Amino acid sequence: MASFLLTAAGLVLAMAALGLVRIFYGPRDADRMIAVQLIGTCGVAILLLLSAASQATPITDVALILALLAAFLAVAFVRGAAGSSARGQADGDR
Amino acid sequence: MTHVLDLLTIVGVSAGCFFFVAGTVGLLRFPDALTRMHALTKADNLGLGLIVLGLLPQAAGLGYALKLVAIWLLAQVSAAIASQLIAGAVLRQRSALWP
Repeated sequence: MASFLLTAAGLVLAMAALGLVRIFYGPRDADRMIAVQLIGTCGVAILLLLSAASQATPITDVALILALLAAFLAVAFVRGAAGSSARGQADGDR
Repeated sequence: MTHVLDLLTIVGVSAGCFFFVAGTVGLLRFPDALTRMHALTKADNLGLGLIVLGLLPQAAGLGYALKLVAIWLLAQVSAAIASQLIAGAVLRQRSALWP
């Protein structure tokens, strides 16, 4: 069972690596950000598969942290790079 | 009994991997940011959910299984909110380009 789970983790890792292609070519920042979301989800799946394969339950905590950071990442992107016009509006409202 | 549980794990994890592959193909092949997001958010979260579902029979205890489900729920909610925010940013940029 462990070898099957490790194979599945390798497959998902290959999908995360393919997401890097979109980060490289993606014409706009939003496309790159979507690919980063893919890599975050793939990372959570890989860590869960690894923790089940190696019976190392603390790895799930790492997966939990990664899922949390992926959420913050998108918020930081929208507030920072792409939301500069929205931030201007908010400043104007004040 | 363990064979049945192992079979459930194999089916769930395989289906999850299939949806991850589908999401990545959509990310690479679709022409537009919004369609890419459409492919990714649905296929990816379904893939993660199926992998978690497949790993549940291997879970050591109830607390561990609940933690797996909690991770999936967190990823689901955060992906929903993040894709809404990114799509809003895309639409704002687009309306700034073509008013």
